[in-house]
Amino acid sequence: MFVLSIVLVVALWEMYKVVGPQDGGKLFGAGVLPRSNDTAMPHIWTMLSRYGRPEVRGSDKRVWVVVLEGAWFSFRLAIVGFLLGSSIGVGLSVLMSRFRLVERGLLPYLVVSQTVPLIALAPLVALWGGKLHIFGFEWPRWFSAAVLGAFLSFFPIAVGTLRGLASAPAAAVELMESYAASWKQILLKLRFPSAIPYMIPAFKLGASGSVVGVVVAEISTGLKGGIGRLIIEYAREATADPAKVFTAVFGAAALGLTMAGVIAISDVYLMRNRPKETSS
Amino acid sequence: MSAVQVTGASKIFNQGTPKQVDALIDVNLTVEPGEFVSLIGPSGCGKSTLLRLIANLLEPTTGSITVNGKQASQSRLDQDYGMAFQQAGLFDWRTVAKNIELPLELKGWDKTKRAARAQEMLELVKLPEFAELYPWQLSGGMQQRIAIARALAAHPPLLLMDEPFGALDEMTREYMQGELLRICAETSTTVVFVTHSIPEAVYLSHRVVVMSPRPGRITDLINVNLGAKRTEDTRAAADFFTGITAVREALRGTHADHANAGAVRGVEDR
Repeated sequence: MFVLSIVLVVALWEMYKVVGPQDGGKLFGAGVLPRSNDTAMPHIWTMLSRYGRPEVRGSDKRVWVVVLEGAWFSFRLAIVGFLLGSSIGVGLSVLMSRFRLVERGLLPYLVVSQTVPLIALAPLVALWGGKLHIFGFEWPRWFSAAVLGAFLSFFPIAVGTLRGLASAPAAAVELMESYAASWKQILLKLRFPSAIPYMIPAFKLGASGSVVGVVVAEISTGLKGGIGRLIIEYAREATADPAKVFTAVFGAAALGLTMAGVIAISDVYLMRNRPKETSS
Repeated sequence: MSAVQVTGASKIFNQGTPKQVDALIDVNLTVEPGEFVSLIGPSGCGKSTLLRLIANLLEPTTGSITVNGKQASQSRLDQDYGMAFQQAGLFDWRTVAKNIELPLELKGWDKTKRAARAQEMLELVKLPEFAELYPWQLSGGMQQRIAIARALAAHPPLLLMDEPFGALDEMTREYMQGELLRICAETSTTVVFVTHSIPEAVYLSHRVVVMSPRPGRITDLINVNLGAKRTEDTRAAADFFTGITAVREALRGTHADHANAGAVRGVEDR
C-alpha cells in the first residue's frame, strides 16, 4: 500500500508538470495554481539523481552522504528530545492521574504551552546554549534543539497516557483493592498495561513531534550539522539548483517515518498477546 | 468464631445532600464457617453494597463488620477473602496462569511457589492445559472458572461473589453452579453469593438472605434443606421446589412494599 501511494504521488507530480501552466495560473484573480516549470517543480528523477552527484562542485562528498549524515545528526537529537519528552509526558500524566487537583491545575497550562509558536520559543531556548550551567554541567548548544523536540513531543504523550491510565475498568480497580494492592502496584500491574493501547498512538504523535521540533529548532537557531540546517542552506541555492533542496526535505520526511516506524514496531511487540480488535 | 459478622450496619451515600440514598439500614447478618449464603432481592436492595461492605471496598456509615473475627479493613489487608464479579475481569495482557498468580504476586510470593499454586488451582477448576493461553481465547464459562481460581489462589477462607454467573447462558450456568459447590466443598470455603436468580440461590445455599429496597434491608432469612450433597437430581427434588416457593413468596412481599413505596414517592414528588 505504501509503495503504491508513493507511485501515485509521483505520477500526480509529473502529470501536473505536463498539464499545469509554466508560470503559474490565476483562478478568479488569485494566483493559486503553482508554477510547473523545472525551477519550482523539478522532475522526480532530477531530484533522485541529485543524490548521486557531489554536494558542491569539485567536492568528493556526494549529496546522499551529506543528507544521511545530517539526518543521523538530527535523528540523535530527536531521540534525545523524544526520550526527554516521553519521560516528562508520562511523569506528568502519572501525577495528574494520582491527584485530581494537579490535573485541574496543570492541564490548562499544558494546553496553553502548545499554542506558543515554536519559532518564538526557539531563540530563547537557544540562548541557554553555552550559558546555562546546571549542577556543574554546561548546557551544550545541541541540547537546546533536543529540548524543543521534547517540547513538541511531551504534550500528546501526557494527554494520551493520562487518558489511558484512566481507562482501567472500575471493576478491575476494585479487584486490585480487594487484594489490598498499593497505589503503585495498581499503577504498574493494572493502569499502565491498560493504558498501552492509548499510549502507542500518543507516542507516535510524540515521535514525529520531536522530529519537527528538532528540525525547526535547527532552522531557527542555525545549529550546524543537522537536516534542518541543510534545508535552509539548500533552499538558498534553489534558483540555481532546484532539485537540491528536495533531497534534504525528503531526508527530513524519512527521519519522521523512521521515528514512527520504531514506535510501530514496539506496537506490534507490546500488543502481540492482546485481542486483535483493540490494536490501534 | 463466625466467618462474617455484620452488626447494625448502615450505608448512606451522599449523606445530607438532596441526592442522599439509604443503601442499607441496620443490617445484621452472621455467616458461619463453611456456610454458603446467598443474598437475593430486586435491584437497588443493597445486596452488592452489603457484599462490598464485607469486602471493605466500602466503609459502613454506622455499625461494625468483622471477617474471621477481625475488623473488615484488617481482613482485606490480610487477604482473608477472594472476590469474583459478574465480569470475569481477567487481565488481557496476562496468560491464564499469570492471572491466577496475580493475588500471590501482590502478596510477594516467589516465582516457583506461585507457578506451583497456579497449576494446583487450574487443576481444581479442571482447566490444567490452559495455563499458557490468554483469557480472550477462552469461552465465558472458562473465564469465570479462571476468575474463581484467581479468587481462591491464596486459599482464603471466604469467597465473596457478585452475580458471578449472571452473564452466562443457562447450560453453562448450571454446570458452573455444580463446579462451584464441588470446589467449595474441596477447599471448605465459606461463600457469600449475590444473585437475582431464585433457583440459583436455592440450589447453592444453606441459607438465602432476602432483601428489599428503599431503604435496603434484610426482610427474611430462609433455610434451605437440600442435604449435604447436591446433585443434578436435586434440581427435580420436592425440597428444591419448596425452597424456591418460599424464597419467591418472601420476595413477593418485598415487591409489594416496593410498589407501594414507589407510588407514595410518586405522589410526594408531585
